[in-house]
Amino acid sequence: MRWRRLNLAIGAGIVLVVVVTALVSFAWTPFDPERISSTERLLGVGVDGHLLGTDQFGRDVASQIMVGSQTALFVGILAVGIAVLVGIPLGGLAAARRGWTEDAVMRTADVIYAFPPVLLAILLVAAVSPGVGPAMVAIGIAYIPIVARVTRGAALSIFELDYVAAARTYGRGKTFIFVRHVLPNIASVLIVQVTVLFALAILAEAALSFLGIGAQPPRPSWGRSLRDAQTFIALSPRLAVWPGLAIAFTVLGFNMLGDGLRDALDPRLEVRRL
Amino acid sequence: MYVVRRVGVFLFSVLVASALVFSVMSILPGDPAQVMLGTQATPESVAALRIELGLDRPIPVQYVDWLAGVVTGDLGVSIFSGQEIASQIGSRLRITIPLALMAMTMTMILAFPAGVYAAARHRRLGDTVVSVISQIGLAIPAFWAGLILVSMFAVGRGWFPANGFPGWGSVTAGLRALFLPALSLAIVQGAIITRYVRSAVLDTMREDYIRTARSKGLTRSAALWRHGLRNAAIPVLTILGLQFAALLAGTVVIESVFVLPGLGSMLLQAITRRDLLLVQGGAFVIVAIILTINLLVDLTYRFIDPRVAHR
Amino acid sequence: MTLLSVESLTVSTQAGAVLVDDVTFELDRGGRTGLIGESGSGKTLIALSIMGLLADGLGASGRVLIDGEDLIGRSDRALTAYRGNSMSMIFQEPMTAMNAVMRVGRQVGEPLRIHRGMTAEEADAHVVTLLTAVGIDQPERRARAYPHELSGGQRQRAMIAMALACGPSLVIADEPTTALDVTVQAQVLDVLAARLDTSNAALLLITHDLPVVAGITEDLLVIDDGRIVDRGPTRRLFDAPQHPYTARLVDAVAPMSRSGTIPPKDPPPPSDDVIITARGISRGYTLRRTRVGEPAPVIQAVDDVDLDIQRGETFGIVGESGSGKTTLARLLIGLNRPDSGSIVVDGIDLTTTRNLRPLRRLAQMVFQDPMGSLDPRLRVGDIISEPIRSLQIPGDRAARVAELIEAVALPADSADRYPHEFSGGQRQRIAIARALAPNPKILVADEPVSALDMSVQTVTLDLLAGLKADFDLTLIFISHDLSVVHRICDRVVVMQSGRVVDRGTADEVFRQPSTAYTRQLVDSIPRLDGTTPT
Repeated sequence: MRWRRLNLAIGAGIVLVVVVTALVSFAWTPFDPERISSTERLLGVGVDGHLLGTDQFGRDVASQIMVGSQTALFVGILAVGIAVLVGIPLGGLAAARRGWTEDAVMRTADVIYAFPPVLLAILLVAAVSPGVGPAMVAIGIAYIPIVARVTRGAALSIFELDYVAAARTYGRGKTFIFVRHVLPNIASVLIVQVTVLFALAILAEAALSFLGIGAQPPRPSWGRSLRDAQTFIALSPRLAVWPGLAIAFTVLGFNMLGDGLRDALDPRLEVRRL
Repeated sequence: MYVVRRVGVFLFSVLVASALVFSVMSILPGDPAQVMLGTQATPESVAALRIELGLDRPIPVQYVDWLAGVVTGDLGVSIFSGQEIASQIGSRLRITIPLALMAMTMTMILAFPAGVYAAARHRRLGDTVVSVISQIGLAIPAFWAGLILVSMFAVGRGWFPANGFPGWGSVTAGLRALFLPALSLAIVQGAIITRYVRSAVLDTMREDYIRTARSKGLTRSAALWRHGLRNAAIPVLTILGLQFAALLAGTVVIESVFVLPGLGSMLLQAITRRDLLLVQGGAFVIVAIILTINLLVDLTYRFIDPRVAHR
Repeated sequence: MTLLSVESLTVSTQAGAVLVDDVTFELDRGGRTGLIGESGSGKTLIALSIMGLLADGLGASGRVLIDGEDLIGRSDRALTAYRGNSMSMIFQEPMTAMNAVMRVGRQVGEPLRIHRGMTAEEADAHVVTLLTAVGIDQPERRARAYPHELSGGQRQRAMIAMALACGPSLVIADEPTTALDVTVQAQVLDVLAARLDTSNAALLLITHDLPVVAGITEDLLVIDDGRIVDRGPTRRLFDAPQHPYTARLVDAVAPMSRSGTIPPKDPPPPSDDVIITARGISRGYTLRRTRVGEPAPVIQAVDDVDLDIQRGETFGIVGESGSGKTTLARLLIGLNRPDSGSIVVDGIDLTTTRNLRPLRRLAQMVFQDPMGSLDPRLRVGDIISEPIRSLQIPGDRAARVAELIEAVALPADSADRYPHEFSGGQRQRIAIARALAPNPKILVADEPVSALDMSVQTVTLDLLAGLKADFDLTLIFISHDLSVVHRICDRVVVMQSGRVVDRGTADEVFRQPSTAYTRQLVDSIPRLDGTTPT
């Protein structure tokens, strides 16, 4: 029991730290994160006030990590927002209508589900242009089937219940029933799933930016920092450590928050990560 | 009937997937003919090439034409290299598929014992240790794991090559080149699968029929082994199917870390070169492989779960 | 000769809650003892403690002696020598208690392989004998089948065969017939009794259903809230209960099940004021095709049913599970539309009217499951006022809610509380209050008391009867339980496989059944005196 609380507390704490860091970085960072300085290249940890040293362009690593949290949270909100706004109504529709509508919605979801998020991002970026926006729209679309399936599965079991039948006997329509009776009762499932998707979206953005099709300069991104670090991996492996730790720390926070919420709300929930 | 229905769904899905891939690519801004000929080309020569490539026809006609090619195994010709796309993808798959399979094997070697062990030690120290390790594994980006592994085992030490692929001329050399990339993927996937295996085993242990089996005189572990395994295999099989898809997608990124000439790096190159047909063909092949795996998984259920035929 | 001796058995959770409190009893070799109590009394935990199969997190203390050897505190491995060999258990729900992906024969024969060292082939051969002994027809074929391919009764017979495979000296049966239909229930009990006679095994029969233990056990233990409150010979406890709790349990048994005779009942006054007319209504469900080319199979849930329900009567619809009675109820209240036929409710033609709002004010429904029929996220006051809001019925809603809460005899402060704070019986009252909120003329109650304990059933039925008079209702009462229907209904129809097979006043149908099926239903009701009625 104590362990469960621990998950929730640590997760919430980490997420809070990331959010505060992002907010602070809008107003203040130790150095200008994009300032290039040929005289301050590859400084060590703590040298000349550079908390985590500098990269091969002389930029302050700590400042870059700070502003990178903006992108991480932005992509999480964008991708998960798209998935939730489209996925929940679709899943609800499938559960409420059954029959032909359900088949059509779920079969389409199945096909989209066969597109790995990264592949969908590659396609969309190829069609539009590289950038964090198109990449995250693609990730959001890729997560729609996950949200729709989870919503449908949870909603189906609620639609089977007698309080739904009762609501129909006193004249409520299916939309009203979904919003008033079903949604509140599947909220815990969705909250937990959304938290985990947030973590997955941050990982996806890092991967896409690492590949060069996500965040484009001058937008700061942990994934892009790793891309820069890769070229110097033999000379300065240290540069690959900090952004990676920042990603892992943030993702760990969201995952633990998700686990903690699951244990607090409904310990037997299954969360999709694949 | 189950088989017929499932194969029908598969064919339908492949068709929809092909239409999706095609329609995303046909809203691509920029004219492939213009890209091929460069900025100095005259409008006349661009128009001529468009006709030659069939780009002047209506989009549905182009789609049907492309689809007909797909059915006969002809995905067209790369506008950049002039090579047959199908054979290009084929040679790239000879790296990507072994990489995914190797990562899958490593994942199972890591995850199955760890998951079963954690379930057996439920709420005790062993469970906690596995949970903490898998929680950390879940948070690590695979490509970062790759970078770290390179700096630890390749750079300076030279135990494994840091990048590149020597070809399958020497199988050992090939496998050595794929070892670190596969391991980077397996670290992350292993964490996910460990958690699934753990909860599948725990769920099974709570089932009524396990209690019945124990009431007949089987020990807890014998009941789990004889009665639980086949039942637990049903959700685990689903996960393995999904996992293969995830690994296939993961190779796209990891190939870039280790500079492996697989399907993923082909796609990334094709994007920078705006090689429309190549992106289209590559993406479609990946999705088709994933749909095929899903089909195989569903058909395998029939042999595990006698209730499936009635669904 | 004592076989089983339970001494000061106490079961508690890790947190320290005591679920079974200082239970002591003995069971003789070949003896038959019933353990009766209401849900949550701890009776199943006693059985699991004896078997050493308590869930993780529960601990047993005290002594459980089989042939003088204490089993408490022994390792899982040490207990395997007893389980399935000298003692075995039959569980309540045969579908989940069996392994869905293993053939039935293999599961039945497993104890023989574990304890008798038989090979799979030897066990398979023996299983056919075992299945024949419990009355399973085509035993070779059934042995090769999977559990889902058997009926509920066949599955429970197979469980009995499995439990008796190694000739145990103790069989523990935990609600072995509760999940079964009444006709099947009687047959399974007969098989169990006959097999015990042959094998001379002792029986500990656990149930909440008193008539089930009446014909089969010699002694009874009555358990309430984890303690044994009463014990003695079965006949004496049922005929002249001394302890007030036992008396309450016996009182709660319907008159029809209590004595060997069905009491006569006055026929309802004749009336031609018909409120519901149904003609030739059918409703089918299409299943998925199982073979290429063949048409998809259709299950006729309701098949060509005619009904005339009179204003102000209590009309019973009786049937076993799958007989179509719930589907019929949903058709009558406009939740589903019939495939064919016509239904007219107080002048509203349900088959042609598009807007059913007038019907919604007219007819309301009470459902079986008191857990599932109330939205757990809403306060009771909001649950009860929902129909008023939805149907835009004018008036002071708070006052109306208070009035309804009083009518169903719930505490006055109920409106501000959530459903989970109430017991099963109280939740069913909330559901009744909600159904009465729009002041309907018709109330359809689908198995409204089946999920409740016996003593709560009586109170709820009395409440329903009272409300029917106060609110001037026509009550349509659906149940599988003949004694409940006989007690409350004026006229009844009996359904089987979607068709009405018998109809008439309650007296006619139950006291002079005109069809073989109704007679079988009536004869199958277990009686408290262990006999069947004349």
